[in-house]
Amino acid sequence: MEGCRGNLANVMTAISDKVRDHFINPRNVGEMADATVVGEIGSLASGQALKLYLKIDGSEKIVAASFKVFGSPQAIAASSALTEMLVGKQIDDAARITSDDIAAHLGGLPPEKMHACVIAMEALEAAYARFRGIDLEAESEDDRGLNVCRCYGVSEAKIERAIRDHNLNHVHEVSHYTTAGGGCGSCHVDIIQIIDRVRAEMAPAKPAAKPAPALAGATGGFSNLQKMQLIQEVLDREIRPGLAMDGGDMELVDVQGNKVFVQLHGHCNSCSSSSATMKFFVQDRLREMVDPAIEVIDTTEHSAELHAPPMR
Amino acid sequence: MTRPLYFDNNATTFPAPEAVEAALPLLGEFYGNPSSQHAFGQKVRHELELAREQVAGLLNARPAEIAFNSGATEGNNTAIYAALQARPDRKHIITVKTEHSSVLEVVRSLAGRGYRVTELNVDRAGHLDLDELKNEISGDTALVSTMWANNETGVIHPVGAIGDMAKQFGALLHVDAAQAAGKLRIDLKHELAIDLLTVSAHKFHGLKGCGALFVRDGTPLEPFIRGGHHEGGKRAGTENTVGIVAMGAAAKVAQLKLDANIDHMRKMRDRLERGLMSQCEDLAQNGDPVSRLPNTTNLGFRFVDGEALLMMMDAHNICATAGSACRSGGMEPSHVLMAMNVPLAFIHGSVRFCVSRYTTEEEVDALVSKVSMIVKRLREMSPFPAAAQRGPAQPDLEAHKAYFARA
Repeated sequence: MEGCRGNLANVMTAISDKVRDHFINPRNVGEMADATVVGEIGSLASGQALKLYLKIDGSEKIVAASFKVFGSPQAIAASSALTEMLVGKQIDDAARITSDDIAAHLGGLPPEKMHACVIAMEALEAAYARFRGIDLEAESEDDRGLNVCRCYGVSEAKIERAIRDHNLNHVHEVSHYTTAGGGCGSCHVDIIQIIDRVRAEMAPAKPAAKPAPALAGATGGFSNLQKMQLIQEVLDREIRPGLAMDGGDMELVDVQGNKVFVQLHGHCNSCSSSSATMKFFVQDRLREMVDPAIEVIDTTEHSAELHAPPMR
Repeated sequence: MTRPLYFDNNATTFPAPEAVEAALPLLGEFYGNPSSQHAFGQKVRHELELAREQVAGLLNARPAEIAFNSGATEGNNTAIYAALQARPDRKHIITVKTEHSSVLEVVRSLAGRGYRVTELNVDRAGHLDLDELKNEISGDTALVSTMWANNETGVIHPVGAIGDMAKQFGALLHVDAAQAAGKLRIDLKHELAIDLLTVSAHKFHGLKGCGALFVRDGTPLEPFIRGGHHEGGKRAGTENTVGIVAMGAAAKVAQLKLDANIDHMRKMRDRLERGLMSQCEDLAQNGDPVSRLPNTTNLGFRFVDGEALLMMMDAHNICATAGSACRSGGMEPSHVLMAMNVPLAFIHGSVRFCVSRYTTEEEVDALVSKVSMIVKRLREMSPFPAAAQRGPAQPDLEAHKAYFARA
């Protein structure tokens, strides 16, 4: 608590008048007994949940909208804003409303609060699907199957969609839009892999953005020092920014032949669940970009028992 | 800005009028440097030494064992580094998962630099396990660092027993007493196992930017800040005379009526707790309800978002602290409540309320009525069914979570 007072101050000041207004005086709160359809999304575990009630007349016009929500001030404001936007619209037009539209209606939201608009949009989608009789079971099946982020229960499908919809590149952006990775951080490696896969699929024609020409392939006659520099570059660009988001860091200790010695610092050091995965992830990256024969050795001293991951 | 309903006294406290009054002359007329040899400087030196006696009085220590500094963060940094220098051939540090970041971040930074760090676990009540300490401590342990009382939950650690074990192995014991001073009786003449102890003035109605480090006689102390012979060579830099004199006065007032103050704080805290418990459903207190500071309660409002609760309270001019801090992708759960294995559903709706000796019944009653109104409103807004509609209570919280997790 104490350590985060600065952030707390942020919450209080960063909120815009419009968001504040929708939060303090939310429009259209409550159940609707005669709703035509209800869209539900979220869970207690994920930290936010929204139930959107729509009344739709014979000409498929939304004549009333209301909501019940559990979540942050921004989630309350986004739900309230969405109901304002929906009333009077044809349902097909309404279904085209995006999370960015909702944010715009609120006069903009900081990126780290965008997940509030995403959940509002998802509730709208759920309501629309139900109205049209579209079966979302397949997707929710996927959701139940395996959550990438166990803290907030976020599925791979949801992460993938956010990456595509909002052209996301980094783990922290995924956290902003989906909340995935905002808890213990042990899923960051998985999120990075999803980002890589989805981005590769998104732009199959383009050369996979990252590998700088100087790096790719041309590792043959490098001296140890040159190799070390190269490895450091890859770590700086690909690995350390992601770790820093979670208060961690990785230090390149030494390079001996194909053996790369690294050490984890900060929070990474205390999270034993991620260290093994991290090692293999780094190793894959370095094999891909520097030398296929590289072996990464983690020299961090872990006390497995004491540094058990905080989350189950 | 109208005066808030202030229930954030573990973050900082109202400066005691006696402390402000004592400090005022040093803000103006008596600006001398206490290290100067002339009478004008020595007048300030005299005030400073009086304050040292007063702070020593609050801790029942000797004045010579008190070194003033900028506060508990500096005190904790100094104590940790000094202890390691006092035991140069030992490479092991023991602390607790629920420590303040001014201890945890320091020891974690040392973990990458040749030191082995053990962070002891705590149980659901917030208590550490002395058996685990016994298993971990060895002849290689240089330092055991623990707080006397936790800032988030108020849970009190058995510093005497911890210190006895440290002594057996020749390790030093540092105690962060930032939250304990003025709220618990501290008696360093009898708590002999404590070698180093940190206090902060603004936590007991002094001013910000001033604290003290207790260094027991005979404990070697390498200064953290060098550059002069101030504070008996323990902390260089011209003293914060205003803060120190205010701290002395605050310590004197705190010591004078300590038992009555503790009694008053407990009454107010219990009234607050009882009030909210009777007005709100699905509410649990986090941490040991008995062995804790008399002024602190940490309450988990299930099915309520802590950030929404906090911001709504702010709109009603109520000051408290949430059990989570905002961070990208929602709220970062408190490391203290996480270490205690409090279910996330409670952590997200956890709020810490802390009273002070100045808190009145009227304030408590106003808080209870406003907070229960806000909680009711947020819950009415929530899609989760109210307790009454969910049927019989389910004691198993994991079952609760599974029951409501309809992904």
